[in-house]
Formats: sequence, C-alpha cells, structure tokens
Amino acid sequence: MGMTITQKILAAHAGRKFVEPGELILATVDMVLGNDITAPVAIEEFEKAGATKVFDNEKIALVPDHFTPCKDIKSAQLCKRVREFAKKHNIKNYFEIGEMGVEHALLPEKGLVGPGDVVIGADSHTCTYGALGAFATGVGSTDMAAAMYMGKTWFKVPETIKVVYNGKRQPWVCAKDLILYTIGNIGVDGALYKSLEFTGDTLKDLTVDERLTITNMAVEAGAKNGIMVADEKVVEYVRRRGKKEVRVYKSDDDACYEKILEYDVEAIQPQVALPHLPENSVAVDEVSGIQIDQVVIGSCTNGRFVDMKQAAEVLKGKKAHPYVRLIIIPATQEVYKRCVKEGLMDIFLEANAVVSTPTCGPCLGGHMGILAEGEKAVATTNRNFVGRMGHPKSEVYLASPAVAAASAVTGKITHPREVV
Amino acid sequence: MIIQGRVFKFGDDLDTDAILPGQYLSISNPEELAKHCMEGYQQDFPQKIKQGDIFVGGSNFGCGSSREHAPIAIKAAGVSCVIAKSFARIFYRNGINIGLPLFECAEAYEGIDEGDTVQIDTNNGLIKNLTKATQFQAMPLPDFIKDIIMSGGLVEYVKNKLKNSRRISL
Repeated sequence: MGMTITQKILAAHAGRKFVEPGELILATVDMVLGNDITAPVAIEEFEKAGATKVFDNEKIALVPDHFTPCKDIKSAQLCKRVREFAKKHNIKNYFEIGEMGVEHALLPEKGLVGPGDVVIGADSHTCTYGALGAFATGVGSTDMAAAMYMGKTWFKVPETIKVVYNGKRQPWVCAKDLILYTIGNIGVDGALYKSLEFTGDTLKDLTVDERLTITNMAVEAGAKNGIMVADEKVVEYVRRRGKKEVRVYKSDDDACYEKILEYDVEAIQPQVALPHLPENSVAVDEVSGIQIDQVVIGSCTNGRFVDMKQAAEVLKGKKAHPYVRLIIIPATQEVYKRCVKEGLMDIFLEANAVVSTPTCGPCLGGHMGILAEGEKAVATTNRNFVGRMGHPKSEVYLASPAVAAASAVTGKITHPREVV
Repeated sequence: MIIQGRVFKFGDDLDTDAILPGQYLSISNPEELAKHCMEGYQQDFPQKIKQGDIFVGGSNFGCGSSREHAPIAIKAAGVSCVIAKSFARIFYRNGINIGLPLFECAEAYEGIDEGDTVQIDTNNGLIKNLTKATQFQAMPLPDFIKDIIMSGGLVEYVKNKLKNSRRISL
C-alpha cells in the first residue's frame, strides 16, 4: 500500500521506510517555533526539567509577535524572558520588532521552512507551512520545551482526508473563500486528528502566499496538519529565500485516504463566517447589509503582500465609512516595506486606514483594536469565537481581504463588486 | 487512581478563548490563571469551581489555540478530570503533558448531567455516575500516558526517568 505525503515525511523523520495511520512514532524535527505567549511557558518547563542546552541553535525560531510591541508590563516581562533565553542559547532565529513579523508569515519569508520538513510550533497555526510541502503542526509549550532539548517529538501518524478543488474561481473569490467554504462544509471538527491534503487544478493558479491561507486554517477544521505538494512555484519560492534542503514528496497513487472531498470552485461565492464559529460560512450576498464598527485586515491568515494588494484594489480612491475603524496590519516588516514602496500605503492612508507595525494584536483580543460590547467587526483573521477580539458580547465576521475592504467602505458587510 | 467529583457540563466545540480569554495570556502563574478559568464561557464561572470538580464536554473540547494556559487554568482551578465526546488534538496533548486526566467517552456524555456526582478509575477508564447509578467504559489510557499523568506531567515524568535510568526514552 502506498503512502500520503504526510506519511512519507513522517516516515523519513522516524528513520523508517513505511509508517501507517494510527502508529505512534518518534520523529526528528527540522524547526521548533515559539512566540511571546507560548515560549515563556516552554522556557520555564525547559529549565524546570534541568535542561541546559538546546539541541540545535539554528533549528529553533523565537518570534515575539502576539502582544508586541509590548502592550503592557506583563507582556514586556514575557518578551524579556524570551529575549534573554535567545541570547543565552545563541538562538539564531530570534526576531526583534523592526525585523519580525507574524510568525507564520515570517518563517516562510525567511526561508526557514520548506518542502519535506517536519516543523512543530507552540502555536496552533503552525499548520500554515503545509502549503510549502512541509509536515507542520501546532503543539503546546511543554512539547516545545521537550523538542528544544531533544530535537525530537512523538506523533500519532494521522489518517488523511483529500480535498480537491477544481475549476476557475469567480471574480473576487480568494483562497480564504475556498477554505471558509470547506470548513463550513465539514465543520470545525470535520478533520479532527486528521491530515487535510489539498489538491486540484485550482491550486495551480494560486500564488504561494494564497496557498498559505488555505493550510493556515486547516486547524479550524480540527486537522493535525494541512498539506500540499510542493510544485515548481513553491520550490522557486523557498530557494529564492535561501532554503537549502528541499525534499519534495508526492502521495502515491495507491495511498489510502479516509475520504475524498471534491469541490467545484466555480460554484463558490465570496464567503463570510458568521459568529461564533469558523464553520458558519455563508455566501456574502446572504448577509450583506449587516452594519459593522471595525475592519481588521492582516494576521497569519491574510497579512501577506497578496492580501494587501487585494485590499488596496478595493480601497483605491475610496474612504472608510466614517463610523468604521479600518485597521490594516501587514504581517511582516518586508510586507510593510513593499506596501510603502509599491504605493499601497498611500491608498490605505488616503482611505483613512490605521496601518500598524506587524502584530497578531487584535486577532486574539490582545491589543491594537479591541471590540466593545455589542460591536461587530469584519476580520481577515481565522477565529470568531465568543470574545475572541474583545468583549464577550462583540462579534467577529471572518472574510477575505477583498470583502473586508469593501465592507470598510460601506460600513456594512458588502460584496467587493458593489464597491469597485 | 480513583477520582470523584461534581460535574459541570458543556456543549460541543468549547474553545480555548472560552476556557481562557486571550487577554489573560500575559499571565503564566497557574494560580493566577485559575482565577480566570472559563471566564470567556461565563463571567462568574471561576468562583463556582470547587476542588475535585469534573468537566464533561461534547465533541471537539478545547478547540482553537495551542495555549497550554487553557488546561493549566482548568487543572489549577481544582478540576480533577475532563470527560468529553472528543478533544481537539492540541488540547489533548497539552492536557496529558501537564498531568490533567482526560477521557474520551461519548456514552458518558449522554448519560451524565450537570450536578451529577461521577467517579472515574483512571487505571481502567471506568466511569460511574453515582447519582444515576449507571456506568460507562472509556478507552483506557496507555501505560506511558498513565505514567505521565501520575507523575504530574511530561516534565516530571522525564525527570523521574532521568533519575531512574539516566537515559531518556520517550
């Protein structure tokens, strides 16, 4: 019997020829990631266990991105802890503000993750790197601590669900719409413990940046990882960013799938996921007209340059509605610089947007745009749980950068075609 | 180990923002985190929890973020065990790693109501509803997971192993 990409990568990292779903394996890791919230807890556990040395100072990435630039004394203390650990252990991939970015936008951009890698991160959206053909999954702080010491971790080999996207996208349909539609279809536990392998003609037309949006949200369906075959676009993308080791795996023809889901992309409209679960996705036209107070464009889901471009396309020559706070957060310093260089920043500022330095901030109700009681936001982020962006009685509507930008202009949930 | 306690019951997809809202993630002290346990679910919930209480949840319990702060808050609040139809995978890993007993059992979810007194034998996964005089069998935990929980979490487990064998086998 053949293997899926996920099985092949895990087998290679466990020193095995074959692994099957359900098996417990001990695998080496190529990158271990933590942020300003999860790394301090991991560092605590690392030291409590009596560990004094990290397994490899080039295979650990520490990215203070959630509450940075530090929003209060407590978050400053957390960042200090991470910074001191990075200095002490000479962690090569430590990124201070000014150089950093939202972790899952930053690591691909810096060429730190790529095809064939096993990546674990103390952040649930670590699954993002699957679009580069890596096996990448989120873990907690204790797992991160153990991996920083041993360079290994245990996994249960997951079963795989194959998701096939075929057909041409309608105007204004983004990668975000495909994944919101899929989660709406299978539910927030539709892929619990499993691997989601994305494939199909539609993916070929998507840029690498756009593909990262799809795998980013695999965890919102409960998946252990999301993964795609690394094609020439991906190989070129990672090589250009200095990634040396590139191991491209493809699933065997006789690989075993738990199920196969096929979507006709032509039938998919721009989506909005209603409060309070990412699975509550509907076509934007079904809910257009809902009044909103804030729009957030950014995050590890949609803060890359392609997302900024989509937002700018809608916002060009327009102003945000007078009662809407429009907050745009390029996910990395490089994306920010490109926005300046290529004129997007002018469009945003002319539209009365607030443009922030990279941070996860509002996505998790941290800072830079917290909602008051009863307020509604359209956000390009990934979760709309109760209280996610602020007050327990506030509401988050998840959408693409294009829908978010259009909604900012009109002050209500709006299909981009109504604005452009 | 026999665990016994009073039950709080929750629905499906209880997320980590409900268990521990993002605004408290700058806290890492377990006792402080406990003061906010389930605050996103119900503002005054932390005051209701008593030592030894048991949480019973539906499917996908603990979905969302990888924050270990969520199971830490539950454990530090005094909750002795969580039974659910199913757990979100990162929450499950985190719960085991910090020594919070977790059991998957759909039948128990159906047969237990809020306020019932429930007893669990962590050794064999037998769940008894003492209020209703019924019982359910959860999948027993493998030995190494039992050892991790009995040690109080992965770190203590590894430390014990190191002490005993001076070699790590995980």
